[in-house]
Amino acid sequence: MSVNVTLLLVMAVLFAAGIYQLTERSLTRVLLGIVLMGNAVNLLILAMGGVGGAPPIVGDGEPSGQSDPLPQALILTAIVITFAVTAFMLGIIYRSWWLSRRDEIQVDAEDLRVAAETGFDPEDDKELPLETTEFVEGEK
Amino acid sequence: MSLPDLTPLAPLAVALPFLAAALTFVLRRHAVAQRIISIGTLAVVLTLECLMLAWVWGHGASAVLIGGWAPPFGISMVVDEFSALMLVVSSVVSFLVLIYATSQGSADGDADGPVSVFFPSYLILVAGVSNAFLAGDLFNLYVGFEILLTASYVLLTLGGSKERIRAGTTYVVVSVLSSLLFLIAIAMIYGATGTVNLADLAGKLTELAPGTQTVLHLMLLTAFGIKAAVFPLSFWLPDSYPTAPAPVTAVFAGLLTKVGVYAMVRTETLLFPHDNVDTLLMWVALLTMLVGILGAVAQSDIKRMLSFTLTSHIGFMVFGLALNSQLGLAATIYYVAHHIVVQTSLFLVVGLMERRAGTADANRLGSLAALAPVLAVLYFVPAMNLAGIPPLSGFLGKLGLLQAGVADGGWLAWVLVGASLVTSLLTLLVVARVWNKAFWRRAEDAENPDPLLLAAANEAGAVRTYEAVAAFPESRFSDRGATRVMPSVMVWCTGALVAVGVALTVFAGPLFTFADRAATHLRERAPYIEAVLGHHPEVSPERGGAGS
Repeated sequence: MSVNVTLLLVMAVLFAAGIYQLTERSLTRVLLGIVLMGNAVNLLILAMGGVGGAPPIVGDGEPSGQSDPLPQALILTAIVITFAVTAFMLGIIYRSWWLSRRDEIQVDAEDLRVAAETGFDPEDDKELPLETTEFVEGEK
Repeated sequence: MSLPDLTPLAPLAVALPFLAAALTFVLRRHAVAQRIISIGTLAVVLTLECLMLAWVWGHGASAVLIGGWAPPFGISMVVDEFSALMLVVSSVVSFLVLIYATSQGSADGDADGPVSVFFPSYLILVAGVSNAFLAGDLFNLYVGFEILLTASYVLLTLGGSKERIRAGTTYVVVSVLSSLLFLIAIAMIYGATGTVNLADLAGKLTELAPGTQTVLHLMLLTAFGIKAAVFPLSFWLPDSYPTAPAPVTAVFAGLLTKVGVYAMVRTETLLFPHDNVDTLLMWVALLTMLVGILGAVAQSDIKRMLSFTLTSHIGFMVFGLALNSQLGLAATIYYVAHHIVVQTSLFLVVGLMERRAGTADANRLGSLAALAPVLAVLYFVPAMNLAGIPPLSGFLGKLGLLQAGVADGGWLAWVLVGASLVTSLLTLLVVARVWNKAFWRRAEDAENPDPLLLAAANEAGAVRTYEAVAAFPESRFSDRGATRVMPSVMVWCTGALVAVGVALTVFAGPLFTFADRAATHLRERAPYIEAVLGHHPEVSPERGGAGS
């Protein structure tokens, strides 16, 4: 199977840029990273369909003269899904900005609270009284 | 009485919820119509799936070729023992949770609140889960995942409060990443074999070079591992689930991770039976169990604690799968069904506890056994079931896994047997701690209890509506007015799900036989492949069929 090198290079650049953006804390950059990677994956699927150039499904012709139509159908589906997710993420980013005026992923407050705990529970961990019976005083 | 073969109607399990979602979206201003349509649709789907399960029980796997195209070209949906069982269990759970959520919505009186989007999203989630269980090809599985994930994004961020948006962001980014990984794996598998049909792949993948197989195998497992929340891919789950509304968390906990487990089982049994990564899976299972349950020990918020036990118990299922034996797989199938029901009922109970006492933080709870004895029973049964106390179904599932582990005999299997026991004990510790704090001790001993709880404790359980705390702005529920604290429908739904959990114990014999047969057929692979690629007289010759 021969490979289209240009397509491969574009894909590599898109993946690299996408992953780099994903490592940022800013939500908009994360979204851009997801969009770039989504497109890189689409190119990967296209490349997996074999050599391009010919039209897919032409009458009853020989399969060797046609492109594989399945990857293109898969890509269409994938594009629609990425589109929906991008729209939803934009909504979340806007809402997040509206609520906290920050375009960053916030740290979970409950996580910080649990991490700061000493692990000492006044009820479970208090020292046991040496007098183990409660009836001593009553017997006197 | 002979049952009709309803398996050709399997696509309805996906199509009907979609149709109902469209209808409820159009009818978003008519709350009553929305409720009737949603509950009615799920009831029909549940009935259909039960009949399919009964048929599959007697006759084995069956495939539906959509559009009448010959396999492997068209889209196929496959109902075999495993997928039929998963469909029925997931539908029972989603049906009861839907009624619970409906009752909660009507009790809170928000007829035209943000809840109007709840029903369409919920139905789409159900459609996505059904589609993933029925999918006969990898890409349809991907689409099923995407449908349920997109619906879950909406459900998780319902209302758009600050806390939910924060949790939703992490959840969305992680889920999208796992989907991208899955898509990359699909592209590579297509490049290597030229097909995405699972039955076709089962034959073609084994012909590839061993190295290629391992790469493709691990890519799929990573993608599914994120969705199933196995260690070290599980950190997103306890962070995001607890913030959602109680019924949403309940249905997520029950279904979403199990879809990932389902996909892992299919990958291991159908696609890569000879490419052996069992040792890796055993380590993953070990760490998933231990890290998850240690996380649970550190929590005081009950919802977060349960989210950690959820990830921890995924380890049990991976353990059974990694043993790669008949008994291990059968025990895994039984355990998945048990865990869906039990984990969901626990989250529903916590939702009720939160309504009753104003908070789900165990440190701030007390007296609930005296104030709400029914709630105490409803918590106690699934909690003991989760920990694996005999004779409940959790014990039976774990016993099966332990037997399979001992039969395996390797040192790693023995380590896992030990780890399973430790995890069960620690699970017992965390659920018993919640029991002691929330139910057993007196409310005055709790730190900073909610005014709602104190009001209830002073009036000896006579608090029926939130009017009791209207004068306490520090209570979360002070603005709810005359809303009922414990709507009886919510309690009945929770009770019904707990009863289903008990039924899994009572009918453990037939169920285990069924799981055993499902495991046999999963390991044989031939019934599944034959159902899809075998003779289909209904396919016309111009669509690639051999004709009748």
